[in-house]
Amino acid sequence: MNILRKVLLASVALTTIASSVAMAGEKLVVVTSFPKTLTTPFENGFEAMYPDIDVEVINKSTSSSVKYIQETATSNTSDIFWASAPDAFEVLKGDNLLIKSGVSNAKIPSDVGGYPINDPDGFYNGFAAAGYGIMYNERYLAAKNLQPAQQWDDLQKAEYYGHVGMSAPSRSGTTHLTVETLIQGDGWEEGWSKWKFIAGNFSNVTERSFGVPDGVNSGQFGLGIVIDFFGLASRASGFPVDFIYPETTAIVPANVGVIANAPNEDAAKAFISYLLSVEGQELLMLPEIRRLPVNADAYFNAPEGFPNPFDGSIKASVSFDVNKSGDRYNVVNSLFDVMITYRLDDLRAAVRAVQLAEEKLGDKDNAQARALIAEARALIAEMPIDEAKSLDPDFSAIFKKKRKAATDVIEGRQAEIEQQWDAMVVANYKRATELANEAASLL
Amino acid sequence: MDTSSLRAGQEPRTKRSLTDRLFPSLSGTALAAIFIATLLFGFLILPVAKVIYVAFLDPNSGAITLQNFGDFFSSALFRESFFNSFYVSAMSVVLASVFALPLAYITSRFEFSGAMVIQSLGFIPLIMPPFVGAIAMQLLFGRNGSFNLLLSNYGINIPFMEGLNGVILVQSVHYFPFILINLSASLRNIDRSMEESAQNLGAHGLRLFRRVVFPLAAPGYLAGASLVFIKVFDDLGTPLLLNVNNMLAPQAYLRISSIGISDPMGYVISFILVAFSVFSLWASFLLMRGKDYATTQKGGGGLSRRKLSTRENVVAYAIVIAILLLVLSPHIALGLLAFGTIWSYSPLPDGYTLENFNTMFGQSGAYIKNTLVYAGAAAFLDIVLATAIAYIVLRTKIVGRKWLDYMATAALAVPGVVLGIGYLRTFNDFNVPFVDKPLASWWVIIVVALMIRRLPYALRACMAALQQVSIALEEAAENLGATRSRTIRKVVIPLMSGGILAGFVTSFATAAVELSATIMLVSSDSDAPLAYGIYLFMQTPSGRGAGAALGILAVVIVAAGTMFAQFIIDRERKARTGEH
Repeated sequence: MNILRKVLLASVALTTIASSVAMAGEKLVVVTSFPKTLTTPFENGFEAMYPDIDVEVINKSTSSSVKYIQETATSNTSDIFWASAPDAFEVLKGDNLLIKSGVSNAKIPSDVGGYPINDPDGFYNGFAAAGYGIMYNERYLAAKNLQPAQQWDDLQKAEYYGHVGMSAPSRSGTTHLTVETLIQGDGWEEGWSKWKFIAGNFSNVTERSFGVPDGVNSGQFGLGIVIDFFGLASRASGFPVDFIYPETTAIVPANVGVIANAPNEDAAKAFISYLLSVEGQELLMLPEIRRLPVNADAYFNAPEGFPNPFDGSIKASVSFDVNKSGDRYNVVNSLFDVMITYRLDDLRAAVRAVQLAEEKLGDKDNAQARALIAEARALIAEMPIDEAKSLDPDFSAIFKKKRKAATDVIEGRQAEIEQQWDAMVVANYKRATELANEAASLL
Repeated sequence: MDTSSLRAGQEPRTKRSLTDRLFPSLSGTALAAIFIATLLFGFLILPVAKVIYVAFLDPNSGAITLQNFGDFFSSALFRESFFNSFYVSAMSVVLASVFALPLAYITSRFEFSGAMVIQSLGFIPLIMPPFVGAIAMQLLFGRNGSFNLLLSNYGINIPFMEGLNGVILVQSVHYFPFILINLSASLRNIDRSMEESAQNLGAHGLRLFRRVVFPLAAPGYLAGASLVFIKVFDDLGTPLLLNVNNMLAPQAYLRISSIGISDPMGYVISFILVAFSVFSLWASFLLMRGKDYATTQKGGGGLSRRKLSTRENVVAYAIVIAILLLVLSPHIALGLLAFGTIWSYSPLPDGYTLENFNTMFGQSGAYIKNTLVYAGAAAFLDIVLATAIAYIVLRTKIVGRKWLDYMATAALAVPGVVLGIGYLRTFNDFNVPFVDKPLASWWVIIVVALMIRRLPYALRACMAALQQVSIALEEAAENLGATRSRTIRKVVIPLMSGGILAGFVTSFATAAVELSATIMLVSSDSDAPLAYGIYLFMQTPSGRGAGAALGILAVVIVAAGTMFAQFIIDRERKARTGEH
């Protein structure tokens, strides 16, 4: 036991040393989901400009950051929240955990690709933009004799069966925007149908948004639906991968905001001003960061071939309706999970059966088989609710985080509704598989 | 502490009478039981209850209800998830036993020169660094991993990692050391005279093993198997990283941690996980009830070991090497990832380099120191608590003593993210004196979280160890005039040392790579442990190699720490028993 006691003493001594951290000057605490490669250049640049302020970066995943800020609100020690997903900022704003910084920059336009850069209410600022696209592994595609998909529609093709990866919109705010963009662009029924037939080709729905570039980099799957900087930074690190912007893409801003009761509010505002200045914006074009500046002036010194959303070198989709997206935010997430994430095996089986039947059908003239396949496709595409329902505030309230007031009464429960949806899609996918197999047996 | 200082105080008379009146007949063990119960209540039950009570709220009106549980059982997806979790846990126990039994048997039954290697390497699978471990497995066994790329030349593709099979494989590789360590400790503690008596009475071979050896080793095996079962049932990381969603723990996690959604079902599932774990534990108690596995004599030190013929030796080595290669394959792949340059859709990396270690060492000094402090302190506290709980549960008649065990073990089933949120919610308004920080953002809270989360591991090991110590030895010591505390110190704890070591090893090794609760609680970069460093690296494509390098370093540190602990305990044991 003596030795155990010594070990204990040693560990106590060690921890005392560990905890005596020297404190110097003012401290600016930044809670962020961004990797060190992004935060460090800004940290250094800002500290060079304000030598008295010591920037401390706390890195957490977006959802952990939100929970952390919510739970520590009563004795808040953080100044800034800095992350991609606008919805995370919306959650904090709804909880009154952000304040209006009042910082702005005249050179930053009001929107990028139809998506407003700043919060219209002024609680957070967009500081960088990023576009969604298709990342692919060159070795993988060469080995499987495939061409990279150029457009979202291409990903539905049978040749990509089992080769595609994506994250779920409920896990990643930026993925959510891609899902919503396609639905808004093609309409509710058509957009969802497209997603389901793309998802039929999925190898995986990854839990983290970074799981997609990881999977493509290591060759688990050949193509991934990712945000541009993941694809381009992977290529820059030497992986045999490349990235394509489809003709219409979702361009989304990454954001920054001041936390309510920030211990060092002035420094926080200075940090945001620095982020938005040309000097700060130019850092975004570093190869290891590679995001699109929102300050149009920053593009004067852009490297050759750097895409510019303000001069049309990336085309954005039709104007994005933020209110529509916000109203049904959780409904869309839940639908995607119920119909795709949790029932991926059933969906894949159904889509594969349709693909094989269509391949057999080819140009043959078999009306009966054709009708069966059409019916199977319709069953896969069928939606449990229509667009009007998704926008019905009473309905989407069932999926909302919390009731606004204790007196609010909402009919129905999320689990109950999800069970109804689940029963419907499982039955539909099963029937669609049977129909497609029947069609194939006729050919 | 309080009572002893009171007794030694300057006004013993008045104070003692007060304490006597307040705590009329509380012995030291009773006080310890109260202290532990308070600790568990404050740092486990209360914080978790603060989060999980949502399971009992009607999301629409805020009233108390059981409706959410009705929803759980009427949902096809949840029923399927429950079944999948159960199936995967049971199969993982079976497969983990297939790995562990031969290793434990060969090392304890025969004079096998590789025994040291097994003891040293056998626990390494437990140290699976977050993220990189799964990526390494995919690179080796995945659909387009090394094996399948090589096999694809012959048109074969084996779905090692697809669906539930992948989860079973990875889980049993990951958790089989629980069985190996606990079973080996049990086998070593079997008194040789029992075996000799059986042989004298005519039992040989399999019959000897079945009727004598296995029943005597059963507490260790059951301790390990029940840990594997519960752990797999509750484990989140593996199914998530293999993208298997249709199991209970990932369903709970996905619903709790989605941005902006707080679906009560996540908390319902958490509650069911906790309840089911306690139930499985209770079931394993029932299995053990009424069986006395303690042996009195402590001279023999394990089964007699038979010498192996050359041919038998070759067979034994072949079996051991095959199993070790399989269970260490994630770490082999991790090594390739750490020393490799680019590894993408090829059986092996394109080239080899030390650059990843360079990058990693440049940024990770504080993480390593923090990890040693956190995991070391947590594991030490764990074995102290676990020994005390085991003693109280098995040796005293204190009312409700079993609940200490149930409470501590329930921690196994609490998802890390739930505990993390619970701590933030409970301790954020509690300012620590002198430090002037909320307890929730003081680094000590990370130690507490690790201690609570890893206590079940230490506890199972200590319980099994104490079950093998005959109470007659303590009675003898007390008859000879030793006080109770002296008996515990001089007799019980030394006899339990193997189990305590097993507890320390498992707690330390797994605490060193824990991430789910710590990521909620890290409030400054300088307080962050190593797993958090891996998380940071794994956020960028260029960090994959460096993250793997940090993972390798974690494995090396934990392995070194464990061997050091093993060395100390072995030396003490040898000094005590007079073996050379």
